[in-house]
Amino acid sequence: MDIFIQQIVSGLATGGIYASLALALVMIYQATDVVNFAQGELAMFATYICWSLINAGVTYWLAFIFTLVIAFIGGVVIERVVIRPVENAPILSIVMVTLGLLVICNSVAGWIWTYLQKPFPSPFSANPFKLGNVVFGSHDLGEIQVTLLVLLCIYLFFRFTPLGLAMRAAAHNPVSSRLVGIRVGWMLALGWGLAAVFGAVAGMMVAPVLTLEPNLMGGVQIYAFAAATLGGFTSPGGAVLGGFIVGVVENLVGTYVHFIGTELKFTVALALIIVVLLVKPTGLFGSTVVKRV
Amino acid sequence: MSTLLEIQGLEAFYGRTKALHGVNFSMVKGGITTILGANGAGKTTTLRAISRMVRTTGTIRFEGEALERKATEDVVQLGIAHAPEGRGTFVHLTVEENLRLGAWGQRERGNLRDDFERVFGYFPVLRERRRQAAGTLSGGEQQMLAVARALMLRPRLLLLDEPSLGLAPLVVREIFRILRTINQTGVSILLVEQNAALALDLADHVFLLETGRVVMDGPSDVLRKDDAIRRAYLGY
Repeated sequence: MDIFIQQIVSGLATGGIYASLALALVMIYQATDVVNFAQGELAMFATYICWSLINAGVTYWLAFIFTLVIAFIGGVVIERVVIRPVENAPILSIVMVTLGLLVICNSVAGWIWTYLQKPFPSPFSANPFKLGNVVFGSHDLGEIQVTLLVLLCIYLFFRFTPLGLAMRAAAHNPVSSRLVGIRVGWMLALGWGLAAVFGAVAGMMVAPVLTLEPNLMGGVQIYAFAAATLGGFTSPGGAVLGGFIVGVVENLVGTYVHFIGTELKFTVALALIIVVLLVKPTGLFGSTVVKRV
Repeated sequence: MSTLLEIQGLEAFYGRTKALHGVNFSMVKGGITTILGANGAGKTTTLRAISRMVRTTGTIRFEGEALERKATEDVVQLGIAHAPEGRGTFVHLTVEENLRLGAWGQRERGNLRDDFERVFGYFPVLRERRRQAAGTLSGGEQQMLAVARALMLRPRLLLLDEPSLGLAPLVVREIFRILRTINQTGVSILLVEQNAALALDLADHVFLLETGRVVMDGPSDVLRKDDAIRRAYLGY
């Protein structure tokens, strides 16, 4: 029983990371109908920036904040410079652009920081936290808190601020949004910026566990896809819940189903994507989007 | 009375297809002008040209300011509110959020509460529905919401595209009654309608569009008595 609870908590911790990245994917998908395959690589790149700052002597949380700001600006700039010119191109072309971004980010990171694994610090205490016989990793608990805090902020932002409302409007109905005077192009750019921020949080939280290298987010991104598919690509809340579910399931399956163990855990994510697409393609909370053509 | 909107030699294009072939007209400040015409005559396109949602040549001046090179968002900032064809409701958002968005383009941000009170005064039903998703409203309520959303801008010119479409006659009469009240507060209205009888009653000036050209114009009292108009648009 103790092990079970421990596995659930550590599943929630990794699940929070999938949730953040899945939320980033869903935000951009909702606004532009494009799946940003480079989301994970942008997160990895941001994590390297944080690593460099810490190495240059900046304290952890200051570096954390700096990285979020840089990630936000980076996301906005990428949307303006790389995505904007192909805005009206067929979906497939835009997908190719994001795949190109993925390759570029990965190679540039390897070129600047090499492919050697680097230890990445955790801001949380190294001592485990004990509750009776159950032992929780402090990083796991900290990760869950950070994720929940980020999710709360973003919920409040979208729900209660005029800018958040305008961004939702621009994503759902760009034509009417222009007619009330919203600069839809800038709203999309802000969306990219925010998505990059979620990604950066995910990267900085997962790096202490996986150690930092250019392929840091490859696996995480697949789980994030599974999470977004499970929750529904049209539902931000669903994607977040999907992230936590995928994290917990991944951990439980790895612990209790012996022939899967740690080696085949990936397969679980991919199998999940396929099953969801077969059984309920819109995901648990997604809605069918009817488009007039 | 001074000119509010002046359009000259307006041609509009959807891809290679020309939808307007040199439209000329002007409207005075404070009036209600209506554009009549059959399906495909270019009524909606004319409104879309003013809001810069379609490619055009020719000149469009609003209080002397050229609109041709502006983006839709900037036209809104000048105080031109457009309730588009199909109502343009943000169906996922609540009534209140729809109205908030309507105020987004206000040039001088004022007290939002006053704006809400004003539009709820015109359309009390929207106050009851304020927390409801706009997509769940009836057709008539959605049309009221479209007009209310446009009013939230505190517009100087209101562009209305077929506010009567698909609505019960009673609801239509109610909306048109409110449009007259709105006009009396100093908002000029440019109305596109297929329901000619209603439009002629409300408007003080009429333009008749046929296949992308203005073929007749004049005060509505005069045009109402015109035989051709009566036969073609009023049906008696």
